[in-house]
Amino acid sequence: MSSAGILPRAAAPLAALPQVLAERGQREVFCGLTGIIWLHRKMQDAFFLVVGSRTCAHLLQSAAGVMIFAEPRFATAILEERDLAGMADANEELDKVVGRLLARRPEIRLLFLVGSCPSEVIKLDLGRAAQRLNQRHAPAVRVLNWSGSGIETTFTQGEDACLAALVPAMPKLAAGAAPTLLVVGALAEAVEDQLRRLFAALGIGAVQFLPPRRAAELPAVGPRSVFLLAQPFLAATAQALEQRGARRLPAPFPLGAEGTTAWLRAAADAFFVDQRRFAEVTAAAEQRARHALDGFRERLAGKRVFLFPDSQLEVPLARFLSRELGMQLVEVGTPYLHRQHLAEELALLPPGTRLVEGQDVDAQLDRCRAARPDITVCGLGLANPLEAEGLTTKWSIELCFTPIQGYEQAADLAELFTRPLVRRSRLES
Amino acid sequence: MHLSVWTYEGPPHVGAMRVATAMQGLHYVLHAPQGDTYADLLFTMIERQGRRPPVTYTTFQARDLGGDTAELFKRSAQAAYERFRPEAILVGASCTAELIQDDPGGLARALGLPVPVVAVELPSYSKRENWGAAETFYQLVRAFAQPRSTPRGSPRCNILGPTALGFRHRDDLREVIALLERLGVAVNVVAPLGARPADLARLGEADFNVVLYPEVANTAAAWLKRQFGQPSTTTVPIGVAATRAFAAEVAQLAGLPAAMLDEAEARSPWYARSVDSNYLNGKRVFVFGDATHALAAARVATVEFGFTLAGLGSYSREFGREIRQAAEQHGVAPLLTEDYLEVEAAIAECQPDLVLGTQMERHIAKRLGIPCAVISAPVHVQDFPARHSPQMGFEGANVLFDTWVHPLMMGLEEHLLGMFREDFEFHAEAAPSHLPQAAAPATGLWTAEAEKELTKIPFFVRGKARRNTERYAAERGIQPITLEALYEAKAHHAR
Repeated sequence: MSSAGILPRAAAPLAALPQVLAERGQREVFCGLTGIIWLHRKMQDAFFLVVGSRTCAHLLQSAAGVMIFAEPRFATAILEERDLAGMADANEELDKVVGRLLARRPEIRLLFLVGSCPSEVIKLDLGRAAQRLNQRHAPAVRVLNWSGSGIETTFTQGEDACLAALVPAMPKLAAGAAPTLLVVGALAEAVEDQLRRLFAALGIGAVQFLPPRRAAELPAVGPRSVFLLAQPFLAATAQALEQRGARRLPAPFPLGAEGTTAWLRAAADAFFVDQRRFAEVTAAAEQRARHALDGFRERLAGKRVFLFPDSQLEVPLARFLSRELGMQLVEVGTPYLHRQHLAEELALLPPGTRLVEGQDVDAQLDRCRAARPDITVCGLGLANPLEAEGLTTKWSIELCFTPIQGYEQAADLAELFTRPLVRRSRLES
Repeated sequence: MHLSVWTYEGPPHVGAMRVATAMQGLHYVLHAPQGDTYADLLFTMIERQGRRPPVTYTTFQARDLGGDTAELFKRSAQAAYERFRPEAILVGASCTAELIQDDPGGLARALGLPVPVVAVELPSYSKRENWGAAETFYQLVRAFAQPRSTPRGSPRCNILGPTALGFRHRDDLREVIALLERLGVAVNVVAPLGARPADLARLGEADFNVVLYPEVANTAAAWLKRQFGQPSTTTVPIGVAATRAFAAEVAQLAGLPAAMLDEAEARSPWYARSVDSNYLNGKRVFVFGDATHALAAARVATVEFGFTLAGLGSYSREFGREIRQAAEQHGVAPLLTEDYLEVEAAIAECQPDLVLGTQMERHIAKRLGIPCAVISAPVHVQDFPARHSPQMGFEGANVLFDTWVHPLMMGLEEHLLGMFREDFEFHAEAAPSHLPQAAAPATGLWTAEAEKELTKIPFFVRGKARRNTERYAAERGIQPITLEALYEAKAHHAR
């Protein structure tokens, strides 16, 4: 028995892993800074200051593009030639920039200094800078740091680095406290509220979310905490939580009706929720989700899908597309495959699924063109060129910006895949 | 170190990409980490290009830094040559690769590829996008351009400056080519847009150069003048007066007699004289953009449309002298900055009637409730309209009239506002009738919990979700609408 006094759950056997092709070559993916685009809206009193180059600033505004309706809570401290000349100077400059920023935005309670490729290469120590700035601005503002550099992180790994940086700042859960459940990974607020209601109905009261909506609401953590990953890309965060004594509940991810039920069940089992109550709480919602998927399955069953590596959501998505919508998986690419966190997902993939970790984009495009899938899930740099070649594509970044987790969103997720097909048939008819 | 919320220009290697992507038969091998591949989406999503930019990124990672990133560059360049078989290869480094100092030019030359290799060094920590485009174009011209080999015949010119991702470059080019044709001047080479390396070799065959976008073409044009004695135009034909001056300048450079242009299609001068335009008198305009478009807008707004210039600025520091001069002429303080917050503060203080700016000023103007028209890069997907929509030539002047005047309150509307200040729907704070209005108020059909849930739905589908749910509830006699009913309705309509 674990120290939390709750039931441990056996992980799926790792031996059942399908063959994975590891590929190296040119990658066509975002760096970890991109996560700032949703994280800065998630945590309402946090500010993200990237310490980087003009390229970083340009990436953020290009990736955010038309989505920004208000002044963003992110900015870039752009390194200039004179900063590169002497390090002491760069630190002083950074202090000045932070001072100016905090004076302008007095409502900020949490400031992230975010490392980039250039700051990593010149070895600007943002950890020390954060410590120094903390001393100056505490207690009004807490300063933390993480790296979203493209030489170390791919796209969603930025969120992982950010949440991992939050873990040491989480308060300690009192030794005598009741066991708590942490849900880890940024979710849309509507999804969070739905999940909160489901957990309450299951009788699991002490549920908290990481990241929280406000910096002051950081949940407590300790050996009596268990956590469920809501996103598949949180390797470092999970490790940091485990170091604080929390225990991960192995589960598939809450995509689709099946995934959501299995995910909830992992929590229910850990908190000794009896089977009948679990069924009472989930059956109607699961049935509703399955029912809502019916029409989409008619349209998508048998269609062949090719997923380019992007967010690490690819494996759970592939499982959902194949098992709940009857789609055929031509290739499932992922920038990185966390074999342990994805063990339950991998066990549910059809045997013989072609899994590719890493990327060589030109070789992968050759395979995609040769296979001529019915739908290709890929990044924004590839989508229109493939459409111009006559392939139907779904741009993958939308899967990170749309609420897709949980029962009520299962059909929305399916709809994202039918939309490009419907579009094509509308325009061709 | 410089704090930046939004930037007007990307890094200089994006300028190089704009040149490489505009051209044919050229491939750019860029030493860069994976994140830099975001730049592809500028071309595929903003400009909606149907092909990938001809760029290979080496995408080195942290683990490569200890090893041999130079070897990785060589492998990538070799593979790119074999796959794409370009006529020439451009090589360079992005900001991160600049720090590791691998010398892409030397490495690529050492490969002994059977095609020319042009190396560009673009200092990322001091220079910006337009400079990068100008430097890249200059290096390419320098590498390929040959002196004249055929005797001088009927007048011919080159058109220099249009790139990929340029603000209306596609449409300006069509206008200017047509204008030159009417003047009796043949176009020898257009570059970089649509040119192959072999076309650059023919640049010397022209009598003179038309510099369409000085930000991109000035450096190359100056070299062509020094090298081959080719003069260049200095007038950018934005606005009716500038179009006439441009025609005169071209005629002079081509050795043709000054000719009267057919101005039948130039409607903007008459529209500006039409009586309904009286209300445009003295409207205070704030102008900000790249130097070329900002200077042109200041001229056209005042002389051709009768506005008053209330502010003039640019992010093109390279053209600070010209901006300062123009600002002085109009009696306003020049604003030379790349700091978005500074521009925002200047507009807020100025309280103009109209902002002519970039997409960023459009955001500022929207927040401040000031009408705005976009006149310059940085570009947005809306700056690539499906229709022909030039800024240059007579048709360009027509486009300027429409896009600058339409956001303003119409004359009669303004009079009525003055007469009936107390009307509850129609008052000075109300938005103009032709701009979108606020949404409808809430009803009492919903439980508080469901109503609250509804607010979590993105605003652009909230109205539809509300209508669908209310219809669903009405059909089934559900009252009030609960959270459960909201999701039942959602699942129902999903099918």
